[in-house]
Amino acid sequence: MYKILRKEFLNPITCLMEVEAPRVARAAKPGQFLIVRATSDGERVPLTVCDYDRDKGTVTIVIQIIGASSRIICSLEEGSCMADVVGPLGQPSEFTHQSIEQIKGERYIFIAGGLGVAPVYPQAKYLHDLGAKVDIIIGAKNSELLILKEEMAAVCDNLYICTDDGSAGEKGLVTEMLAKLVEGGEKYTQAIAIGPMIMMKFVTLTAKKYDLPLVVSLNTLMVDGTGMCGACRVTIGGKTKFACVDGPEFDAYLVDFDEAMRRQGMYRTQESERDHKCKIGIGK
Amino acid sequence: MANKISRVPVREQDPKLRATNFDEVSFGYNREEAMLEASRCLNCKKPACMTACPVSVKIPFFIQKVAEGDFKEAARIISIDSSLPAVCGRVCPQESQCEGSCVLGVKGEPVAIGKLERYVADWSRENGVKFTDKAPANGVKIAVAGSGPAGLACASDLAKMGYDVTIFEGLHKAGGVLEYGIPEFRLPKEKVVAAEVANVKALGVKIETNVVVGRTVTVDELFDQEGFKAVFIAQGAGFPKFMNIPGENLNGVVSANEFLTRNNLMQAYKADSQTPIYVGESVCVVGGGNVAMDAARTALRLGAKSVKIVYRRTEKELPARAEEVHHAKEEGVEFCFLTNPVEVTADDKGWVKGLKCEKMQLGEADASGRRSPEPTGEFIEIETNTVIMSLGTVPNPLIAATTPGLERNRKGGIDATDDGVTSRKGVFAGGDAVTGAATVILAMGAGRKAAKTIDEYIKSLK
Ligand SMILES: Cc1cc2nc3c(=O)[nH]c(=O)nc-3n(C[C@H](O)[C@H](O)[C@H](O)COP(=O)(O)OP(=O)(O)OC[C@H]3O[C@@H](n4cnc5c(N)ncnc54)[C@H](O)[C@@H]3O)c2cc1C
Ligand code: FES
Repeated sequence: MYKILRKEFLNPITCLMEVEAPRVARAAKPGQFLIVRATSDGERVPLTVCDYDRDKGTVTIVIQIIGASSRIICSLEEGSCMADVVGPLGQPSEFTHQSIEQIKGERYIFIAGGLGVAPVYPQAKYLHDLGAKVDIIIGAKNSELLILKEEMAAVCDNLYICTDDGSAGEKGLVTEMLAKLVEGGEKYTQAIAIGPMIMMKFVTLTAKKYDLPLVVSLNTLMVDGTGMCGACRVTIGGKTKFACVDGPEFDAYLVDFDEAMRRQGMYRTQESERDHKCKIGIGK
Repeated sequence: MANKISRVPVREQDPKLRATNFDEVSFGYNREEAMLEASRCLNCKKPACMTACPVSVKIPFFIQKVAEGDFKEAARIISIDSSLPAVCGRVCPQESQCEGSCVLGVKGEPVAIGKLERYVADWSRENGVKFTDKAPANGVKIAVAGSGPAGLACASDLAKMGYDVTIFEGLHKAGGVLEYGIPEFRLPKEKVVAAEVANVKALGVKIETNVVVGRTVTVDELFDQEGFKAVFIAQGAGFPKFMNIPGENLNGVVSANEFLTRNNLMQAYKADSQTPIYVGESVCVVGGGNVAMDAARTALRLGAKSVKIVYRRTEKELPARAEEVHHAKEEGVEFCFLTNPVEVTADDKGWVKGLKCEKMQLGEADASGRRSPEPTGEFIEIETNTVIMSLGTVPNPLIAATTPGLERNRKGGIDATDDGVTSRKGVFAGGDAVTGAATVILAMGAGRKAAKTIDEYIKSLK
């Protein structure tokens, strides 16, 4: 079970894997995620479903090496197996409940930062396949960290790229690109931003200026991913919600981003100490 | 004669030592101790213990066999009514069930029924005794959602009747609360829980982990695409409650479920586990049930210097098993009674600094005779690094929400009769999924009743 059929490094720190998981592939919808355990003593790591092939019974995931667990996942070889893959989890994107007519009446703009490209892909593909108008902005630190460019180009009408250092596309931030497009006359009716929490926060501030409806996907801490632990608590419109069951996508204007960012860092000291002996946080 | 011997004490790890390790607290009886304790049973004509047992284990009968040293027969007698004796002997609230009704308890101490049950169950496991008589396979497929006590009990009874049973479990490991909730020092995972799961598998039950019913596959798909003829929902009550007080989302506030899952299922207490866990120097656990005791004692074992149970009623109302409260005190857990949290306070980085509480007093008894706590207007702040919320759990709405025609009850659980019949044909439910958080024995009993109901239902289809 959960055999890795294809493994490819998209850049030195980002790995794409196509994994056998027929049940997940059959049920997955855009906007949902899954949880992976590389080995039988591994951590449960939530990852977005980047793509799924129902006939082959596979799901594609993209992992960036940021800590011990993601390093272990990325060290698994093609042909070997993951200990566990469970999903799909969370609510599918709102538009999956809408009719084709409704979808065709919208103009979508996706804003994908860093690894956020992976979850944006199946959403853009779904909408584009139905004939919707879809534009995408990808933001990355530099050209080396820019991933899935061709794939993204194939599922949208216009692809805009910006990098921090100008090594690919335009030099600048996704928020600047968004402002430029809207002020240049693009009439978007729905925006979806997925990326680092801080990016989503600033995209929200920008989108607000233009009254642009915006959805964000929150990558909180998670353990079970089914509503059992509350590790994924976020405040949405003043109310506590569980990102894993109520989300991961929420109306951006209701999200308490500062709290969400602080909560993401709850285990940071231990994560960085993990290669050392002490994993049980006594101090901070 | 019987009354002259006093209750045989059970050997336990020293409290100071055990508060630093995760090994089982109680060593259990040995053969001589068990036989001696069993000899105290008066073998009452009308055994009150049996009536008080939620599944009516034939208690005096098995105890007589223990007294005679015929442990195999004792095990057989228990197995007629209970499919998880090694678990129930360890975690049942005996003081309010069997032992609470024992005649010897009126003047002295009741027979240690739980410890005897545990001895018999451990003896059978160690001696390879199994009761696995099976009817010939009938090829009828039954699905069970959830692998806690309710799901395991239902699945094994159905397998014994010849059904082709598959359990779908959302987590990566089978066992339900026995695996993710109750800690190792109360219920050893490899020795007891894994052995129970292996027994169920030995009956031919298939367990497919990583399948969240309602997400990975729906109940309708189980019927229409996978050929199951009935579905038993045993998803438990895993959704943690919070207090909705200010500061509850600060760093350092976790649900008991999160804390225990990180520690038990994810084994964060082991040096080589990749799952982090945060404890802090001082810990407040809010609540008074078994879950709260487990969280408090786990925090001690992970190195917290001070652990307090914060509970809004008094010691008398603590819903936890008496033994757990006793053990917690011995290990150094402090208790703050009549104390009700109103706010979690923060340091300048958004981490927990303290727990602000209102002192309570017990009011007049209400119609049910229970005195409920009333606010006094006096506030205190307890300094703490961690707050563990242990306020109970409710059933997860996922399966009900994705299964057309499946009604929910007032507690948010699945609406089902005592026999497990729901509003949807072919769908049955039992355990915490129906009642809300309760006990292992009730969940097991519900699973077994549902197995009978499902068998009758399948036969009625022909
Ligand atoms: C920390 C703790 C301590 C406790 N201590 C005691 C004690 O000392 N004595 C006692 O008698 N009781 C105790 N209890 C209560 C007891 O454990 C429960 O009442 C009992 O386990 C309920 O059994 P169940 O089979 O109904 O559900 P559970 O044991 O909760 O099992 C449900 C299973 O279903 C799975 N599941 C949920 N949703 C889905 C889905 N959609 N698809 C597939 N699988 C799903 C869950 O992952 C879980 O494995 C304690 C509970 C906790 C949390
Ligand atoms: S991850 Fe546990 S409740 Fe959301």
